[in-house]
Amino acid sequence: MTPVIQLVGQRGRGRCRYVPRPGWRAAVLAAAAVPVLPVAVIAVETLTPSPAVWAQLWDTRLPAMLATTAALLVVAGLGTLALGTGLAWLVTAHDFPGRQTLSWLLVLPIAMPAYILGFVFLALLDHAGPAQTALRTVFGPDVWFPEIRSVLGAGVVLTLTLYPYVYLLARSAIGEHAAATVDVARTLGLSRWRTATRVVLPLARPSLAAGGALVAMETLTDFATVQYFNVETVSVGIYRIWNGMLDRGAASELAGLVLVIALALLAGERLLRGRARYHQSTGGRGVAPVRLTGWRGWLATGGCVGVLAAAVGIPTLQLLAWSGLPAWGGQAGLAQGRFVINLANSGLLAAVTAGLCVALALVVAHGTRMAGGSVTRRAARLSMVGYAVPGVILAVGVLVLFTGLDAPMEAVGLPGARPLVTGTLMGVVVAYVARFVAVAYGALDAGAERLSPSMTMSALALRASGTRVLTRVHLPLLRGGLGVAAVLVAIDAIKELPMVLLLRPFGFESLSVRVWTLAGESLWAQAALPALVIVAVSAVPVVVLFRRSTTGPGMPALAAADDSPPPHQAVGR
Amino acid sequence: MLGLRRPWAPSRRPRRALVVLLLALLTGATACGGFAVGGEDDTVRVYSGRHYDLEAAFQRFHADTGINVEFLFGGDAELRERLASEGADTQADVYMTVDAANLALAAEQGLFQPVESQTLTGAMPANLRDPHNRWFGLSMRARTLVYDPDEVDAQQLSTYEALTQPRWQGRVCMRNSTNSYTQSLVASLIAHHGFDRALEIVAGWVDNDVEILNSDVRIIDTVAANGSCDVGVVNHYYLARRRDKEPDLGVALMWANQNGRGTHVNVSGAGVTRHADNPQLAQRLIEWLATDGQTAFNHGNHEIPVNPDVAPDPLVAQWGDFTQDELNAQRVGALNDEAVELMSEAGYE
Repeated sequence: MTPVIQLVGQRGRGRCRYVPRPGWRAAVLAAAAVPVLPVAVIAVETLTPSPAVWAQLWDTRLPAMLATTAALLVVAGLGTLALGTGLAWLVTAHDFPGRQTLSWLLVLPIAMPAYILGFVFLALLDHAGPAQTALRTVFGPDVWFPEIRSVLGAGVVLTLTLYPYVYLLARSAIGEHAAATVDVARTLGLSRWRTATRVVLPLARPSLAAGGALVAMETLTDFATVQYFNVETVSVGIYRIWNGMLDRGAASELAGLVLVIALALLAGERLLRGRARYHQSTGGRGVAPVRLTGWRGWLATGGCVGVLAAAVGIPTLQLLAWSGLPAWGGQAGLAQGRFVINLANSGLLAAVTAGLCVALALVVAHGTRMAGGSVTRRAARLSMVGYAVPGVILAVGVLVLFTGLDAPMEAVGLPGARPLVTGTLMGVVVAYVARFVAVAYGALDAGAERLSPSMTMSALALRASGTRVLTRVHLPLLRGGLGVAAVLVAIDAIKELPMVLLLRPFGFESLSVRVWTLAGESLWAQAALPALVIVAVSAVPVVVLFRRSTTGPGMPALAAADDSPPPHQAVGR
Repeated sequence: MLGLRRPWAPSRRPRRALVVLLLALLTGATACGGFAVGGEDDTVRVYSGRHYDLEAAFQRFHADTGINVEFLFGGDAELRERLASEGADTQADVYMTVDAANLALAAEQGLFQPVESQTLTGAMPANLRDPHNRWFGLSMRARTLVYDPDEVDAQQLSTYEALTQPRWQGRVCMRNSTNSYTQSLVASLIAHHGFDRALEIVAGWVDNDVEILNSDVRIIDTVAANGSCDVGVVNHYYLARRRDKEPDLGVALMWANQNGRGTHVNVSGAGVTRHADNPQLAQRLIEWLATDGQTAFNHGNHEIPVNPDVAPDPLVAQWGDFTQDELNAQRVGALNDEAVELMSEAGYE
C-alpha cells in the first residue's frame, strides 16, 4: 500500500498533507493553459515596447489615467463591499417585511449589464434629461446638480450592477458560518453589532475578498460604461491608442499594464484572505434572525426596494418606454424570427461556456488540492489571468494564438487552426472560457476553501481515488457553489460583447451583438427591446437558482434539506 | 515487481481527471463545429464597420443582381485586425468601414487589392477615393456647426477656427477625442494649418471650456434643451435624423468655413480584400453601391452621395449646396495619429 497522506513539518508543528498526484497536476496545468496562452501571446508583445509611445503617454495622459483607474476601483470596490455585505447581513440576520422575496431579488441587478444601466442613467440624469430639467423648472436655471459624467457617476453604476457578486458570496458565507459561531459569541456577551464586525466579518473575509476581486477585475477591464461617463481609465486608453493612433502593438503594451494592475489586485486578494483558513466542520443552520419591528422593519424593506428600483426597476421601465410598447405590433412581426435566433445563439453560447468553465474550474480547484505543490498552485492562480485582461485584447490574443498554431498544424498534416477561430464558434468559446473560468473558479474556490481537509483526508485514507473524492465527497458538498458558478458564467456570457463581436463567424448574431448594432448609432428606440431581452434572459437563471432558499445556495446543509422550513420561521413561532 | 511501484508513480486513477477534461473540451469543440458556416459561390461576404441601414441596401442589391450578401458588423479596428490575422483563410471579400483613416490604414497594411474599374473612377471625384484604387468612398458626411437660433446670431458663426473666440466661452459642445469624427476634423486642421497652428486652435477650444460629450445625438439634445451649450459640432446626418422625427426641433445647421476651404467631409467606403474568394462579385457590389445603390446606401441615413449624379435626400437638400473641403481622404487618414497626439497635448478630452 502506498501512503496517501504524509506528515510534514517538525517540532510538533507538523501537519498532514496529501501525497502529490502527478495526474492531477497535469490536469491543472492543461486546464490553466486555456486562459494563460492567449494572454501570454499578448504579454510577449509587451517585451518589445515602443519607447516613443510610452514616453508620450507618460508625458500626457498616463498619470491621469492611472489616477482615474485607481479612483474608480476605490469607489466601485468600497461601494460593492459596503452594499453587498450590508445587504447580506441585513437579509441573513434580520427579519423584516418581504425579507424572503427580497433576499433573492437582490441578486437580480447582476442581470443588468453596466453598459445598459449606464446609458439609462445618463439619459435620465444628464443635463438634458428629465431629472435636471424638472429641477430647473422648479428652482431656476442655475440649480446645482452633481456632475454625472464623473468617476462618482460611473462608480455608482458599476456598484449597482456588480454588488451582487459580493452579496452572493457574503450571504452564503454568513449563512453557513454564523449559526454556531454567532451563538457562541452572543453567549459570551458580545453585542449584535460587535458580533457582526468582530466575528462574522472576519469569517466572511475569504468570500468578501473573492467577490471584491471579481468586482475589481470587471471594473478594471470595463470599456463601455466608463466611456459613457467620460472616465478615462487605462482600458479606455487602450482603445484610444488602438482606434486613434491605429497602433495595436502599443495598445497591447498598455493592456500589459492593465494586467500588472490586475495581478497586483489578485495578490492583494490573497493577502486579504491571509493564511487564515476557515473550515466548516458541520453544516450550519443559518443565523437566528432578529425581527425588525415597526419603522425599522419598513426601513429595511425600503432600503432593499430602493436599491432594486435604482438598479433594475427604473431602467427596465425606461427601456420599456423607449421600446414604444404600442408600436410593437408592426416591429415585432418583422423582427420576431430574428430575435428567436439571437436568443437561441446567446443561450447556446452561455450554456456551453458555463459548462466548460465549471468543468475546468472544478479540475483546477480540486486538482490543486490533490496535486499539491507550488507549481500547481501557481498554475491555478494564473488561470484567473483571462479575467484580468480587457475582453477585446483577449480576443485578439485568441486570434493571434490560432494564427500562430496554423502553420505548425498544417506542417504535420492536420487541418489548419486559422479557419476554426473565426470560421466556427471555436474562437468565441475559447475566448469566453479563457475569460470566465475565473468567475467559476472564484465561486467554487471560496466554497471549496471551507471544506474541511480532515474530511478529504478521511476519504483518501479510506483509499478513495482523487476522482472519487471529487464525485462522492466534494461535489455533493459544493453543489450549491457549482450552480452559482454556472449561473454567474452564463450571465456574463450573455452580457459579453467585444469578444463575440470580433470572433463570431459569419451569420452568428447574439443578443448583445444586436444591441450593439442598434445602440451604436443611438437608435435606442430599437435597441431597447433586445436590451430588455438580455436583462430578462439573464434574470431567468437568477430567479430559478436563487429563489429557492433564503440563506442561499452554497450552503450544503440547506441544499441537502431543501424541504425543511427555513430557520427563522421556527424562531418566529 | 508488484510491491516495487514507487510511491510517486502516477496511478491509473488520476488519469480519469484528464479524461474528464478532454471530454469537456471535446463537447465544446463539437458544439463549435456544428456552427461552421459553409460558403457558396454566389455569395459575397462583407466585413463592415458601418451599419446604418446597410441590410436594406444589400437586400436591394440582391433583388437587382441575384447575388447574395452575407455581412458581419464589427468595430473598424477590430475587423481590420481580424482580416489581417485571417490572411489567406479569410472569408471576407469586401472590407467596408467609416472614416478615411481606417481605409487608409487597411490599404497600407495590404489588406486590399487594387481594382481597375472605369465605373468606379467615373462615379466619384478623385479626392474621395484612394489614388491607387484600393478603396472607394461611397458616402460623405459633413462635420459642421449646429446652433440654437434663439441664443445665437447666425452671422457670428463662421468657422471651426472661430470657435476659439471669447464670445463662445462656455457655449460650445464637441465630441470626445476617442471619436474618429473628431480625429479626422483635427487631422484636416493639421493638413491646412500645420501642426503648431492646429495645436493653438484646439488648445483655444479647450481654453474656451468646450463641453465634451460622447455622442453627436447628445450634443444635439443639449443644444435643443437650452442646455449647457448653444453651439455644437456634429455630423450633419444626426440633425437630419432628428428633424425627420421632429420637424420643429429648435436647432439650426450652418455649413462651416464656407468663405474659405469649405466644410470638412469624411467618407465611408469599401475595397476588395486581398484574399477575396470572389473578387468579381466583390467588385460588382462596390460598383453597384457607387452607382445604382447610392440612394439606398445614403438616403436611409441622410448621408451625402459621393456620386454627383445622385441627389441627396430632401432633408439634406434643404440646407442647400455647400463648398466641401477637397482635401484627399487618404491624406486625412494618414494624419490621424498626429491628430490624436495633438489633442492629447492640448488637453482635449
